Amino acid sequence: MEIPKSFLGYKRENGRAGTRNHVIILPVDDISNACAEAVANNIKGTMALPHSYGRLQFGADLDLHFRTMIGTGCNPNVAAVIVIGIEPKWTKKIVDGIAKTGKPVEGFHIERTGDIGTVMKASKKAQELVMWASEKQREECPMSDLWISVKCGESDTTSGLAANPTVGNLMDKLEPMGVHLCFGETSELTGAEQVCATRGATPEASDKFMNTWNSYNDFILKEATDDLSESQPTAGNIAGGLTTIEEKAFGNFQKIGNCKFIDVLEPAEEPTKGKGLYFMDTSSAAAECVTLQAAAGFNIHLFPTGQGNIVGNPIEPVVKLTANPLTVKGMGEHIDCDVSKILTREMNMSQAGDELIKATLRVANGRLTCAEALGHKEFVMTKLYRSA
Amino acid sequence: MATDIIIHDKKDNVGVVVIEKITPKQDCDCWIMEDDSSTSIQSLDEIPLGHKIAMADLNEGDTILKYGHDIGKVVKSIKKGEHVHVHNVKTKKW
Repeated sequence: MEIPKSFLGYKRENGRAGTRNHVIILPVDDISNACAEAVANNIKGTMALPHSYGRLQFGADLDLHFRTMIGTGCNPNVAAVIVIGIEPKWTKKIVDGIAKTGKPVEGFHIERTGDIGTVMKASKKAQELVMWASEKQREECPMSDLWISVKCGESDTTSGLAANPTVGNLMDKLEPMGVHLCFGETSELTGAEQVCATRGATPEASDKFMNTWNSYNDFILKEATDDLSESQPTAGNIAGGLTTIEEKAFGNFQKIGNCKFIDVLEPAEEPTKGKGLYFMDTSSAAAECVTLQAAAGFNIHLFPTGQGNIVGNPIEPVVKLTANPLTVKGMGEHIDCDVSKILTREMNMSQAGDELIKATLRVANGRLTCAEALGHKEFVMTKLYRSA
Repeated sequence: MATDIIIHDKKDNVGVVVIEKITPKQDCDCWIMEDDSSTSIQSLDEIPLGHKIAMADLNEGDTILKYGHDIGKVVKSIKKGEHVHVHNVKTKKW
């Protein structure tokens, strides 16, 4: 198949391109969710992103909170942002971070005004922004404007046999076109960590990966109260035939094809070394991982599943594929790309990779994903430790 | 060219069932992805889609190889053709 050279995206002020054109109402903290949701209810076409944190955090955990908030607002799938927080200082910090992209953003704080007054002021601004954004048109963008993140979930042995290598095939084909790529799931590389480290593009990248994995593993061994077999693999993984974390990890690892990673990113850190594959230190829980990748600027997500994970994200469309015929049959409304014919050998890996490229481009051009049509908007902040 | 079992790598001592299930004493066709070769095996157990079958006799302490890599250890001896899963294999990580 000849791979298309472009897709239809929304060009942004900072030179990036979006696959979506969202106007978001972003609460700084948990207690501002109600206000943000009221604004989104008033002004059609806007979307609130409620979450559970943002109070009394400190140190690296607070840095991650701000990085995730600001990064979400900066994502090119977002046209404009309203930020609502309880206090002015943290609200302004997030507004200022997002404003660097050049996109419209305005902040409101609730103290001294109350919910009702804030909802009124923020709604007026939100109306102006959504009507402005609604005139944006899709334009032809080079493939290199695609920033593709990947994460697998509810994996089974069909993931490692077929769905994950299909993503790997897509990576091998799109990497030379200058696409940014990102994989994560530090914990679910356990057992394949040494092999993964050999895929660093430089000794520095390999060392950084091993330091990241070792730090995670030390934490796990310190906090574990049992042998972790209750958590990894999950009951769903075991039902699907996965026996050990090592087996799961080698399956997971198929997603990067033959690519080498050029750098290791902190959670939600924007890549700055140009095109190519990055590893991000993330949780392996689906919603947390995709939220971090979206906050780093990735504009379309590929999600292979075995037993049928249903996750979505509010701003980054999540394209799901599976090779498990029982999953296609039982929960087909969640599957954007069916590659189960790999198992019957009616489809080879390269054909499957081509099918996934087609499905990805249709979604990049505007086709709703299954998760979007079903209303999946899981926005889940990663919290590193207890608050002060 | 129906395939009942797919094996990732020539070195692997397990294969994955890719039809809805295989039944005891079924003669199964296996495809080895790494070099596109074929082999066959007779099953001893009923094994569902996605679950693994032992391609050789395995003793307690042996290493299970899949993708050509170590994915855990045998904790209860396994006969060629038997179901391989959490009842007879355990991680080496914890």
